[in-house]
Amino acid sequence: MKSPKVVTSAAAGAVVLSLGLAACGGGDDSSGGTSSAKFDAGSTAVVNASDKKGGVLKMAQPDDFESLDPANIYYAYGLNFTRLYSRQLMTYASKPGTEGSKMVPDLAEAPGTPGDGGKTWTYKIKRGVKYEDGTEIKAKDIKYAVARTFDRGVLRNGPSYFTQLLDADGYKGPFKDKDLDKFKGVEVKDDYTLVFKLKAPFAEFDQVVGFSGQTVPVPQAKDTGTRYGMHPVSSGPYKWEGDYQPKKGGTLVRNSNWDPQTDPNRKQLPDKIEVQAGLKAEEIDNRLMAGTVHVDLPGSGVQAAARQQILTNPKLKANADNPLAGFHWYIPINTKNIPNVECRKAIVYAADRAAMFRAYGGDAGGQVSTSIQPPAVDGREKGQDFYTKADVNFTGDVNAAKDALNKCGKPTGFETVMVFRSDRPKEKATAEALEQSLARVGIKLQLKGYPSGTYTNEQLGSPAFVKREKVGLGTYGWAPDWNTGYGYLQPISDKDAIVETGNANAEELDDSVVNGKWDEVVKVQDPAQRAKIYNEIDARIREQAAILPNVYAKSLLFRPTSLTNVYFHAGYGMYDYANMGVTG
Amino acid sequence: MTDKRRAELTDGTVGDSAAGAPTAFLEVRDLRVHFPTDDGLVKSVDGLSFKLERGRTLGIVGESGSGKSVSSMAIMGLHNRRNSKVSGEIWLNGEELVGLSPDRVRQLRGKHMAMIFQDPLSAMHPFYTVGHQIVEAYRVHNDVSKQVARKHAIDMLGRVGIPKPDKRVDDYPHQFSGGMRQRAMIAMALSCDPELLIADEPTTALDVTVQAQILDLIRDLQQEFNSAIIMITHDLGVVAELSDDILVMYAGRSVEQASVEDAFHRPLHPYTWGLLGSMPRLDRDRTERLMPIKGTPPSLINVPSGCAFNPRCAYRDLNGGKSETDRPELVEVEPGHKAACHLPLDRRREIWDTEIRPKL
Amino acid sequence: MVAFIVRRLLGAVGLLLIISAVTFAIFFLVPRAAGVTADDLAARYAGKTPDAATLTAIKERFGLDEPITTQYGKFVKAIVAGDTYDTGTEKIDCPAPCLGYSFRTNQPVLDQIIDRLPITMSITAGAAVLWLIAGISIGVLSALRRGTLFDRAAMAVALAGVSLPVFFTGLLGLAFVVHKWHLLPEVNYVGLTENPAKWFASLLLPWIALAFLYAALYARLTRAGMLETMNEDFIRTARAKGLPEKTVVVKHGLRATLTPILTIFGLDLGVLLGGAIITEKTFSLPGLGQLALDGINQSDLPVVLGATLFAALFIVLANLVVDVLYGVIDPRVRHS
Repeated sequence: MKSPKVVTSAAAGAVVLSLGLAACGGGDDSSGGTSSAKFDAGSTAVVNASDKKGGVLKMAQPDDFESLDPANIYYAYGLNFTRLYSRQLMTYASKPGTEGSKMVPDLAEAPGTPGDGGKTWTYKIKRGVKYEDGTEIKAKDIKYAVARTFDRGVLRNGPSYFTQLLDADGYKGPFKDKDLDKFKGVEVKDDYTLVFKLKAPFAEFDQVVGFSGQTVPVPQAKDTGTRYGMHPVSSGPYKWEGDYQPKKGGTLVRNSNWDPQTDPNRKQLPDKIEVQAGLKAEEIDNRLMAGTVHVDLPGSGVQAAARQQILTNPKLKANADNPLAGFHWYIPINTKNIPNVECRKAIVYAADRAAMFRAYGGDAGGQVSTSIQPPAVDGREKGQDFYTKADVNFTGDVNAAKDALNKCGKPTGFETVMVFRSDRPKEKATAEALEQSLARVGIKLQLKGYPSGTYTNEQLGSPAFVKREKVGLGTYGWAPDWNTGYGYLQPISDKDAIVETGNANAEELDDSVVNGKWDEVVKVQDPAQRAKIYNEIDARIREQAAILPNVYAKSLLFRPTSLTNVYFHAGYGMYDYANMGVTG
Repeated sequence: MTDKRRAELTDGTVGDSAAGAPTAFLEVRDLRVHFPTDDGLVKSVDGLSFKLERGRTLGIVGESGSGKSVSSMAIMGLHNRRNSKVSGEIWLNGEELVGLSPDRVRQLRGKHMAMIFQDPLSAMHPFYTVGHQIVEAYRVHNDVSKQVARKHAIDMLGRVGIPKPDKRVDDYPHQFSGGMRQRAMIAMALSCDPELLIADEPTTALDVTVQAQILDLIRDLQQEFNSAIIMITHDLGVVAELSDDILVMYAGRSVEQASVEDAFHRPLHPYTWGLLGSMPRLDRDRTERLMPIKGTPPSLINVPSGCAFNPRCAYRDLNGGKSETDRPELVEVEPGHKAACHLPLDRRREIWDTEIRPKL
Repeated sequence: MVAFIVRRLLGAVGLLLIISAVTFAIFFLVPRAAGVTADDLAARYAGKTPDAATLTAIKERFGLDEPITTQYGKFVKAIVAGDTYDTGTEKIDCPAPCLGYSFRTNQPVLDQIIDRLPITMSITAGAAVLWLIAGISIGVLSALRRGTLFDRAAMAVALAGVSLPVFFTGLLGLAFVVHKWHLLPEVNYVGLTENPAKWFASLLLPWIALAFLYAALYARLTRAGMLETMNEDFIRTARAKGLPEKTVVVKHGLRATLTPILTIFGLDLGVLLGGAIITEKTFSLPGLGQLALDGINQSDLPVVLGATLFAALFIVLANLVVDVLYGVIDPRVRHS
């Protein structure tokens, strides 16, 4: 007896298999490949290094950029992409490996010079750098760019570091009052010199300036406010051909006024770059493997079906990379709802790290974590485990957990709620793994799933919700704004970072030791010294059992063989988009 | 009435098909129409024979399901050959229709034989004008232009008594009254001057005054075109009005064939007596009740053995059980008068005279 | 006839007002009833970890704190009298009927709808042609050959077609026809006026996938209708006139069968023109359905309202057109 189900699954298998073969046949025809094109080669080195110009680079994404206005973007892939048509004061070094996490000058001649104990930062900009229309970029354009980020109604998506750090209280942005002299946060000394004035010392100001596009110069006369993102004025190697059409796409063409001599961080290889928005993720994977799309813009890796094909087909696998994506899937333990540290320790002790590792897909999905900071963070140390073991075979320490429960005064355990994103199977599996392993010591988890669209703002990210629903645990992944301990740890552990909505300090940690170190570290000028403090904070959070480490995320990225100059960029957590080329 | 010639009726026995060339304009020999169904073989018509000459009118009467319409449809060749089995012979003007190619039968349809249906509203296409439907009928058999055909249609509408035919020709069927619709239907049927006209309950759906007009019209047209007419009805009044001869059908067979005169005044089959008894008459005392035939028409799948009428026949016991075992043949008992009954002829005449006739 | 159409159009306006009010209420009241605050709503439009100042600015700009009646009043007023929109640097005029601005794309909603409309129309029109031809001819043949192998096979396929969703047949088509066998190009919408050949080639697969579902439905409808019609008295009359069988089937049978199918076709067309959501999603075609879906996913109320209104408008118009056409096709309706 053959059941219809058997036939169906066999047919489905045939689809997958045949797709794989077809894609790989197509790949062979196009480039012939270089010797370096092997599995995971792009995670640490440039694959298909080439300076050959020409061709059309095709990029696609299932959704769309929140905006193309460089100052109005927060997602890393958008910031990565904006480098194609815009230059900023500082930027990530365009290099593979950990070098990519470092900030280097872009429009600036050199990194910022701190003064007044770290309260002022002075940048000198390069001379003769031009916009797409040939006019020269001046210091006032950058001042204007920073000033406009103060109107949070018009530029609502971007980061708000400048409004928080700069000494310009009460300034509402240049849209309501066009007089830029009223903006005191940035002082223009001359056409090529600007000084940022801070309320308080901030050691990592170069990073603030470099990670986002909020210092991309904007000519005030050409600013169109909320609509500037439809056709931002280019200062980079490419410029927009017509308006970008939201949810559909647009085309970038060479900007003849871009001078490679002034820009060591970008290449201008393809003739054209076509961006398509609204292409289904699965279809993007198909086209990546067929070579008709070169870049999956979001850069978070292929979908489950393609993942399966790539990992099981050696030819496809040779064109894939499996880098650490730059963020950490961990479990915040809410310190308000579970105030007793011994009770939190019991959770960490009892957690079955082996099952949680499997929930994220094993070796290809992640790497078991020790520190909260992932390896890409500058100066991060692996550190020591607290109450758990970063070991793929560690299933928890039940006895230690029970001891901790005794000390907590709850020898028979307790009940709490664990939330997760219901549309993410891996998070669901993680929650279930925890539910099972904690049940061994009497800690009963009630699992509640919520849609990922609102999860980080309205459920786990809302202290009011967490309090009301008595949420003790959650699933969470945090990608830093920039790759230092500050970028990674401050938003998720500083008392000052707790906000009413979109709260990243999901454990609501308010620890005097941690808070003190955050106040202290922003005044320390030596990066190595700062890194040491970050590692101490990292250890302190885990010692307080406020965060249960899980896995450092790994993504599976596919690079069509026709893509040249491709490498994983640690700063953006995906391929570097500003230096790619295409063959054929 | 007496000066009218009588239709010659064959004796309808099996094996009649070997009788060779036809002698009448329309000659039906041992016609059988069977429908295989999931429940069994439905023998709607099971051995029917008769003759009809041009200018004559044959009335076929019987209850619903007796095979009247099915046999006329068989003559027209309207049965779907995929779900029906038609056997026997139908000779029309020297041509045998049962064995003829469907396309040849189609060419005869409408031109040499035409049919008027019971309900002219449902029988005409609701989406086409009356004129269009007549034009269509005319042009399929006559190679003429639309203008000529239209003129003919108007002419035909006029001849069947529709006022302002040049205006009404562009009306749709639903814009006509019931009687006008039936006139239009007749105009359509007669548009190609058919030699055989089959009228299937042509007046059933109409009110009484209109009925009479339509019957007059058919009679007038018959005289004009000299057609042979088969008038199918369950209304004996219509038959009496219009027919020369009568064929009484029961369970797919003919039980009595006679002139109208004989059938009404000297019927020789108990079923015919029943039909007459159930017919309302003006000359009858109103206190007396109609005498409907007891029981229901038989199943055409399991036709009662012997005489098909025997379960409902009041006189079945007078035959010593023969009614249940032997099927009575249709025999000519008087010249031009045939009946299929086991009762001795004298006994039948006696019963008619003493028991039936006085009550009518 | 004119009075009838005017009356129906006035009714449609009322209906659209009700639909917009209901959509508005769903969008505003349901989240609030579920405990979503104005801050939460504002956060949906902000980047990650927005600070309080950002949320306040967004609430102010989008008027999220205003009562629902005020917001709905503004919406209706904009449709009637037009509106302006502040980009920060200028005031952009949105003449009546202004369906508002998208919070996400900073474009007038109407412009977006007009921009997307040709795509949805292309999908719908092409698929409709295919499914009418295929569905009706298979239905007629099946009815005429009732019970034969052809009939059984066609109806089995039709049953499968009705049961198989577009995203299944569509994805299968993409996997095999496009990516494995390369029989058709990848689906990328190209405007009809831009390049008719590419327009056709790239939409063929979506058409087939969508038409498959409907063709199956229409084959079944046509078959059932034909079986019924071919038993009608007027078909017997047509045969009795000696008309050739082809004329009987097509002119007399099919004509009568098509009338009820026209009603269904009109409504199907109306629904699809409002957004062939699943087809658009499956083939990543940026039509009205995708627009509405994106609007919902991104809490972009003006877009959702605009798309809903247009979808409703198409259904209302389709109904009207069907009613008017019905009179043309069926003379009994025309005269009564």
